[in-house]
Amino acid sequence: MISRPTLSRRGLIAGGGLLLSGCDRIVRQPTVAGWVEGAAGLHQPAQRLLLGRDALAREFREADMSPTFRSNGNTEGDAAWAAHAAEGFARWSLRVDGLVKRPLDLPLTALKAMTQRRQITRHDCVEGWSAIGQWQGPQLGQVLAMAGLMPTAQFVVFHCADKTDEAPYYESIDLVDAFHPQTILAWAMNGRELPLEHGAPVRLRVERQLGYKQAKYVMRVEVRDTLAGLYGGKGGYWEDVAGYQWYGGI
Amino acid sequence: MDEDKDFTLFRGRVLREGSGVARPLVRRHRFSTRLWHWVNALVILVMAMSGLMIFNAHPRLYWGAYGANDDPAWLEFGAWTDAAGVNHGGITLLGHTVETTGVFGLSRGADGAELALAFPGWMTLPSTYDLALARSWHLAFAWGLAVGLAAYLLWSLVNGHIRRDLHITRAEWSPRSIACDVVDHLRFRFHDGAYGVLQKLAYAGVLFGLLPLMIASGLALSPGMDAAAPWLLDVLGGRQSARSLHFLGLCGIVLFVVVHLAMVLASGPINQLRGMITGHKREGGGP
Repeated sequence: MISRPTLSRRGLIAGGGLLLSGCDRIVRQPTVAGWVEGAAGLHQPAQRLLLGRDALAREFREADMSPTFRSNGNTEGDAAWAAHAAEGFARWSLRVDGLVKRPLDLPLTALKAMTQRRQITRHDCVEGWSAIGQWQGPQLGQVLAMAGLMPTAQFVVFHCADKTDEAPYYESIDLVDAFHPQTILAWAMNGRELPLEHGAPVRLRVERQLGYKQAKYVMRVEVRDTLAGLYGGKGGYWEDVAGYQWYGGI
Repeated sequence: MDEDKDFTLFRGRVLREGSGVARPLVRRHRFSTRLWHWVNALVILVMAMSGLMIFNAHPRLYWGAYGANDDPAWLEFGAWTDAAGVNHGGITLLGHTVETTGVFGLSRGADGAELALAFPGWMTLPSTYDLALARSWHLAFAWGLAVGLAAYLLWSLVNGHIRRDLHITRAEWSPRSIACDVVDHLRFRFHDGAYGVLQKLAYAGVLFGLLPLMIASGLALSPGMDAAAPWLLDVLGGRQSARSLHFLGLCGIVLFVVVHLAMVLASGPINQLRGMITGHKREGGGP
């Protein structure tokens, strides 16, 4: 039988029982691993230095869009999400809470009534493929400004309705990316309501980072001062289960 | 006669086999060259192996800005099962499939189980599928490649290595001189001392062509870098083109390393190694 890489990805996290070659022994050696992971700490500050706060991701023309934009990861949410989906998300609302002055519950109609940003951008999966699509929604910064951040706010966490083996998807970004002009809560894609498999009713677009940061099925936006103590503590589902880099700009 | 001509043309010596004369030690490589050579050898090995693991995550290549499973790929590694239930692996280049079962597309893991992987575990770092770990290694060693190359080029400019040893003179560019060097290589007669024109072309091609291309096309794969330097994508023709060029650049580096090692073996590996480790080697070729 052929083992699919997608299957083995999960299977290999445990890593047990596998005969590791000499190379792998070095790779998994804690001191070496710590040194390599430590280099990752250089990537974000170096890139931010070049990037600045507001440099924009490239925006494309309609003619440049992918003929088909594949969906990836989970393609549906949990039971509560399915109930909302059956009603066209008419009674759904986005919770905004945590370190904010005014916690909010924003129905889809409220998100649609806010000032909209529409952008045609390239989605880059960590695996290597890219797809160009059009996204529309209010800027996350606008929503956060409505709620009012507490002075201790450091991170914005996105709690999602999709689960893998009972582990809920979540993601997080810092305030630089949260208030970036292209960071939006997209409820529309390619000119129509966000399809279910692409994360309806709302997904995050944080255009200067990789695909796994673009959380789908966003139910709750939580502002925090630390990522410690939340699930695996690494700030995201893939970061926790597979060691993906929290900063997805590279 | 030919030998004398070569001597003046290349300011070096033509290997005379079995001369029987005691050969003195001569200075061969500067410390900066030796340091960079060995650091870079390790960096390139790690980057190539971790890069192949990253490629395994999506073993399809495209031209242009976008490219995913539904878009046409110019190169694809894949696995399939035939009517008899037997698994195969293969590479499809521009629509033509070549079966590569056992190595590319389909190989066996350490436990003997068949795995649908573009590159087999023995070529990748780590040897099992782990995209996150391979990326950590690839990106950490990328600092070594970029900073190392920049420092080496700068230092080689300052100490005259580029001007003295790598600069290809007008005379060397002549088809006649290149043809001479090709013939010498075919006869296994290698220049000692100064580099021959083919050697200069190979080293300069890697230093000023392939390695900068790998760094530029690698940076262009980062969505953050694309926002910081959108011109990178204009130069390379879009992110998926950059990814294809990154892969083709690796093919070029692998080709260089294979030829480089073959030349070292053919021209006296012990003496060459001594030159690259201690900086001194016996005059002339041979072991």
